[in-house]
Amino acid sequence: MTTLSVTGLNVWFSTEEGPLHALKDVSFDVPERRIVGIVGESGCGKSTLINAILGLLADNGEIRGGEILFEGAHDLTTLGPREMRDLRGPRISTVFQDPMGALNPVLSVGQQMINIQYRSGQSKAEKAARAVEMLKLVRIPDADSALERYPHQFSGGMKQRIAIAMALMMEPALLIADEPTTALDATLEVTTIELLQDLQAQIGCSVMFISHHLGVIAELCDDVVVMYAGEVVERGSVRDVFHDPRHPYTRRLLECDPARQTERTRVLPTIPGEIPDLRHRPEGCVFAPRCLERHAGCEAPQAELRVADGHSARCNLALAAAGVEA
Amino acid sequence: MSEHWTPVSEAVSSPPAASRPAQSELWKGVRRLLREPLGVFGLTLVLLVIFGAVFADLLTGWDPTRINPRDRFLDPSGAHLLGTDQLGRDLFARVLHGGRIALYVALVSTAISLAIGIVLGLIAGYGPRWLDNLMILVFDATKSFPTVMLALALVTIVGPSLTAVIVVVIIVNVPGYARIIRTQTIAIKTSEFVTAAQSMGASNARILRVHIMPNVIGPLVILASMDIPVVIAIEAGMSFLGLGVRPPTPSWGSILNDGFSQIRDTPWIAIAGGLPIIVTTLGFTFLGETLRDVFDPRLKGR
Repeated sequence: MTTLSVTGLNVWFSTEEGPLHALKDVSFDVPERRIVGIVGESGCGKSTLINAILGLLADNGEIRGGEILFEGAHDLTTLGPREMRDLRGPRISTVFQDPMGALNPVLSVGQQMINIQYRSGQSKAEKAARAVEMLKLVRIPDADSALERYPHQFSGGMKQRIAIAMALMMEPALLIADEPTTALDATLEVTTIELLQDLQAQIGCSVMFISHHLGVIAELCDDVVVMYAGEVVERGSVRDVFHDPRHPYTRRLLECDPARQTERTRVLPTIPGEIPDLRHRPEGCVFAPRCLERHAGCEAPQAELRVADGHSARCNLALAAAGVEA
Repeated sequence: MSEHWTPVSEAVSSPPAASRPAQSELWKGVRRLLREPLGVFGLTLVLLVIFGAVFADLLTGWDPTRINPRDRFLDPSGAHLLGTDQLGRDLFARVLHGGRIALYVALVSTAISLAIGIVLGLIAGYGPRWLDNLMILVFDATKSFPTVMLALALVTIVGPSLTAVIVVVIIVNVPGYARIIRTQTIAIKTSEFVTAAQSMGASNARILRVHIMPNVIGPLVILASMDIPVVIAIEAGMSFLGLGVRPPTPSWGSILNDGFSQIRDTPWIAIAGGLPIIVTTLGFTFLGETLRDVFDPRLKGR
């Protein structure tokens, strides 16, 4: 069963300069017990996607078409605020980028971890025991006394681990991790990712892992979804997409990864140009203005082409390019 | 959801006493307060005033309202510690009983203003934009009335009374409290931990109660304790002008008024009325400022 299945999702924002098509025909699956990475540069719609799934779009945002099927049963685009609230937390929970801001500064960690279990109907002592257990699980030293301490008494990495503990406390079916390691330094990033991997295996939840760090995605995820300007340009297993990228954007993105540089250079490669203004989306391929392989066929709207089982790319050359990498 | 709560690991631990952290925080705050000389001084003055007001009947045998024309304008003596006023009433007894009025007005009106101000501020800060704008307009309009004018207008309608004083204080205080809460609420409602709480399914009511209230209420309570002298001054001022407590009930303001007309001949009447106002004001101000420093969560652990 797929935990989360997004099909043809379109999100529009009304702005003062006119309507903005933030997500266009976004489709992807988060299968059960899999970690799916969502990758793309800033402004490609990653955060909008999370908010659309959580039902927390800003007031000027609107879902126009598409469905977000959760556990095969609930279409999150049609659920009312009450039903969405009941899913958020126990079934779908979230870890955010900034560990400094994710905890309430005036409440002790214990109070917050006990508070968040308000739905469980257990006694305060049971909730506290559960909190200690979760803190031990995310390897917070001296978990018992940690409950009495305040967020500012912890380091950034510890705060992020506490946030992860709180997100996983109710053993959700889906964990949405919004760049949880971006604010951490490289060593902490590795330990946090190993921790996430461990916990995911123990709890058996699915994870939607948002990042712009290709190395992290390759390390952690089973599947990857590459987003560009609010569209899914390529998706498939990490192995397929990283070893045999079929969309020019994915190829350029991989070339730009500093970890893949083999030659010494003063200037790291970049993709020239910028994401197009989403108020005036190009008719054809959205990446065409920056694409080196652009040709007449790119003027028309692009269909998602299936390359292999579970691997597809939104580029008319996706099938023609087969074998180029290999 | 409780049936889903199977433990993830085998880690079993003894449940810690859940109420301990809050208690020890309060205790730590009190200990820090007692280390501050200014705070101890303020606390002493406040306790002195409270003690005098509570045990007024035990501290003096005189009835504060009993008129005794033969003993008018007596100098302070063993029998009359602060002398007597123009009607021969014992001033010490009047000062102690006046403290009851002052503290009663201060505590009741501050508590009611806080409750109303917090609710209105949360609504303005968390509610829709148009409501916020409307409420700010009302707050500002209310604040722009001079206190004395407001008191005069109200007393003209309902007559002078203690309730009138309390209502005036509430009308004067609420807009300020509500604005502070509103500003704090707006600042906090966009912070990441509120977003996180929303993403974990917390309702608006829950976010207001669990996340926003604790962040905004501490500073406001401290601020309100620093406002108590102002409230006492309003009560004294209104009673001085004859808009507050009605004679013969003793109030510091009315004692001050009695002494005002006799200040050349018998200055101790004005002193007896003015000194407790000064002592109480100083005490609450020192205490309030120290409390603010002691309970500021950003200074915790120092």
